Amino acid sequence: MTAVSDRPEAEIGKARRRKEDQHLITGRTTWTDNMVLPGMLHLAILRSPMAHARITSIDVSAARTRPGVVAAFSGQDFAETQGSLPCAWPVTKDMVNPGHPSIAVTQVNHVGEAVAVVAARTKAEAQDALEAIEIDYEPLPVVLDMEAALADGADLVHPDNTSSNKSYTWVFDSGEAGTGGKMEDALSGAEVTLTRRFIQQRLIPSFMEPRSVVVQPQGDGVLVHSATQIPHILRTMLALTVGIPEHAVRVVAPDVGGGFGGKIPVTPEEVLTTLMARRLGKPCKFTESRSESLMTAHHGRDQIQDITITAKRDGTVTGLDVHLLADMGAYLRLVGPGVPILGAFMYNSIYKFPAYRFVCDGVFTTKTPTDAYRGAGRPEATFAIERIMDELAAELGMDPMELRRKNWIRHEEFPFTTVCGLTYDSGNYEAATDRALELIGWDALRREQAERRERKDPVQLGLGISTFTEMCGLAPSRVLGSLDYGAGGWEAASVRVLATGKVEVVTGASAHGQGHETAFSQIVADRLGVPFEDVQIIHGDTQSSPKGLDTYGSRSLSVGGIAIVKAADKVIEKARRVAAHLLEASEDDLEFEAGSFSVKGSPGSSVALGEIAFAAFTAHNLPDGMEPSLDSDAVYDPVNFSFPHGTHLCAIDVDTETGMAKIRKYVCVDDVGNPINPMIIEGQVHGGLAQGIAQAMFEEAVFDDAGNLTTGTFVDYTLPSASDLPSFTTDRTVSPSTDNPLGVKGVGEAGTIASTPAVVNAVVDALRPFGVTDVRMPMTPERIWRAVQGGAQ
Amino acid sequence: MTKINVTVDGVSYHDDVEPRTLLVHYLREQVGKVGTVVGCDTSNCGACTVDLDGLSVKSCTVLAVQADGSEVTTVEGLAGTDGLDPMQQAFHDNHALQCGFCTPGMIMAARDLLRHNPHPSEEEIREGIEGNLCRCTGYQNIVRAVQAAAGAAAGAAAGAGAAS
Ligand code: FES
Ligand code: FES
Repeated sequence: MTAVSDRPEAEIGKARRRKEDQHLITGRTTWTDNMVLPGMLHLAILRSPMAHARITSIDVSAARTRPGVVAAFSGQDFAETQGSLPCAWPVTKDMVNPGHPSIAVTQVNHVGEAVAVVAARTKAEAQDALEAIEIDYEPLPVVLDMEAALADGADLVHPDNTSSNKSYTWVFDSGEAGTGGKMEDALSGAEVTLTRRFIQQRLIPSFMEPRSVVVQPQGDGVLVHSATQIPHILRTMLALTVGIPEHAVRVVAPDVGGGFGGKIPVTPEEVLTTLMARRLGKPCKFTESRSESLMTAHHGRDQIQDITITAKRDGTVTGLDVHLLADMGAYLRLVGPGVPILGAFMYNSIYKFPAYRFVCDGVFTTKTPTDAYRGAGRPEATFAIERIMDELAAELGMDPMELRRKNWIRHEEFPFTTVCGLTYDSGNYEAATDRALELIGWDALRREQAERRERKDPVQLGLGISTFTEMCGLAPSRVLGSLDYGAGGWEAASVRVLATGKVEVVTGASAHGQGHETAFSQIVADRLGVPFEDVQIIHGDTQSSPKGLDTYGSRSLSVGGIAIVKAADKVIEKARRVAAHLLEASEDDLEFEAGSFSVKGSPGSSVALGEIAFAAFTAHNLPDGMEPSLDSDAVYDPVNFSFPHGTHLCAIDVDTETGMAKIRKYVCVDDVGNPINPMIIEGQVHGGLAQGIAQAMFEEAVFDDAGNLTTGTFVDYTLPSASDLPSFTTDRTVSPSTDNPLGVKGVGEAGTIASTPAVVNAVVDALRPFGVTDVRMPMTPERIWRAVQGGAQ
Repeated sequence: MTKINVTVDGVSYHDDVEPRTLLVHYLREQVGKVGTVVGCDTSNCGACTVDLDGLSVKSCTVLAVQADGSEVTTVEGLAGTDGLDPMQQAFHDNHALQCGFCTPGMIMAARDLLRHNPHPSEEEIREGIEGNLCRCTGYQNIVRAVQAAAGAAAGAAAGAGAAS
């Protein structure tokens, strides 16, 4: 049977059910915490109950005598050897980084910081032994409020090695950059100026699989299994941090139960487990509890956004001035300082703003460190701009959609270079918006709203808009370099056609739920003309996939997917030479279609890829000088980011007497370029919407005045359940990316980025007749009720 | 240590357990049923849901000694040689999982829901699985999967009725 009859249809664009499901639905999984190794020790970590304190004494000796305990150490035991956890994004030359020990030595700077570690035969024994550790703290003043932290004479988070709580100030000014006008001019010449403060509350990524790491000493090195998003970067960073030659570190990310940015950093637990395994010469496992996870895995968002927009009376926006305070927490994590900087490029969103200034101060507080969380900087930016566009519309007495239409980049203007200097390759904001308005029945809803306002219905209807774009792919490397990011933005792939014609693909983009195996298989199946089932995707192990930059920022498809295409194309070129040799034809006379080379004009004369692979394997009859085997590598560094966009609309019923808000309809039309697997796209959008709506309505990490996390379990940190969310209507428009051969963009973060402002805009819209101009997130019934009572907040 | 007799996925086990051992830890660490997972320490996430004598329970809320003499079914006991359980199939068909960590518990809870209410409305499904958290899917496809499984069961029942 030939490949042609095996697969008559194109794979790309098909809602293929996922390859990766079988073992997950049957429970045959490889979560890190499932690992059991001979002689393996379990670790338990004693964590600081104080937000800020000196450790005046610590005695772990009694713990060492507890049943099953093999070792107990305090931070002192690692003082010389532990190094500092890496921060790979020094956003300014003078950024202050006080260093980040994996286990505190003399001082703790947030609740939950590790202070001692016990290794025992069982986890329960290790945990029991923690109780025997004696430790005295001398409290230091807590630093919780960012503005107070920056005031003169403020108590310092790191009194020994910093002179203020400011880590950095990062500035972008379109006048200075030469990408637009001066903000001063926009301010002085403005017909209308509007200033707002928005609060991006602290969120907790809350992947469902708690973090887990197992480290096996192996010779001079280590084999690390970790529930991480970044096996490749972790390998390099562990080598640098712990001082092991990089080639002696192997990192495996087996099944990983979600990440959302929360499994990006090199964590204290990964480093500490590595240190313990090396010191004890035994495999060690650490798995966090959920409360440890909520307290110590990094948090996201937590910014104060002061925004000023300037405009003409006709609604033409003339400038945007943004000042952020970004809470870094107690330490700088892997990419934490860069999160607001990524956002800096998204405040102008889909609009043609002539002038733009962005200033961000990164601030230390005695709280859990922050780092990337789904969207990383872009949800915050989109929120601010979409909220203030609504407020500007209200100020001008304009319809908020009209204001957007007046300012956005029109379809015929692409490619368009923004006031930040980014060039958007393609997009069609009109098409996505028109489709969304039609799907939700906007005009009828507006009529209903007017009618309910008229009759003073206690349940008011609010209509919210969010039009957005984002930057995905996080590359080219050169651009990341210009932002002082410590790594590139490329991705690697290998494609191997085996002797039997089956295909192995190695990717550096390791997945944690996104469906890479399926989507990548579809791409390869089409490119090589082989059956979908004949493609296997290998990822998540630095030994079998030695090169890569992992998965974050919706980069897998638009960077990793293209690396695969490049490798596959090289394989096809090699195969073409073999085919020409076997068919005794000229390469130029060959056509490659549906997995087979044939001589143009004589279709009877053909050879299938599988036959070529076998010939390349036996190497009995290859062109002179050709290396045997049919495979190739590629590394792809994109020429540009990709810019998915969309329009999200929300209709919400707000009970003005109780403050209860219930989403009645949520419609989104996303444009993610060419779809590879529509089913996976829809799933990604759904999950993203749930997280973005949760920021608007449910989630917030709260600290009390002593710096304790009061939302430290799933009882208090409200993840939405099925009954908290509606069903969504999703649809697509397609503006293929013109910067990559598949025309793809990226979808993982779209739902989260767009939905938060859509929902808040809807609630504010419902309450505008009551004088309400903002409701702080999460918009709990109490906050909404207070807003109704108090008018503008 | 206390002796217990438990049947898990059709195989009987005679084991010594510490009195404080939770059923989920017994299943994972002593029996090796690692398909059932732990997602929280406050019985909020539902990732550990199993069937205990025909009742759906969060296995982190039950002591192993309480399961003495009982029959436990975990997600690993669902698929037989004749293929997937209809709920597993429905999850696959409807893309009701992404990372898959919540999935074993979700499948067990969803099966239990249909046992008690074979034809649930969307709202009833959402309420029925609200003790199980999923961070990836936004639940919509899980709801679809449960509807599909209910439909399949109804179809099978109708087919059986016609045949008899
Ligand atoms: S582990 Fe049992 S409910 Fe979360
Ligand atoms: S699929 Fe990841 S938590 Fe549900």
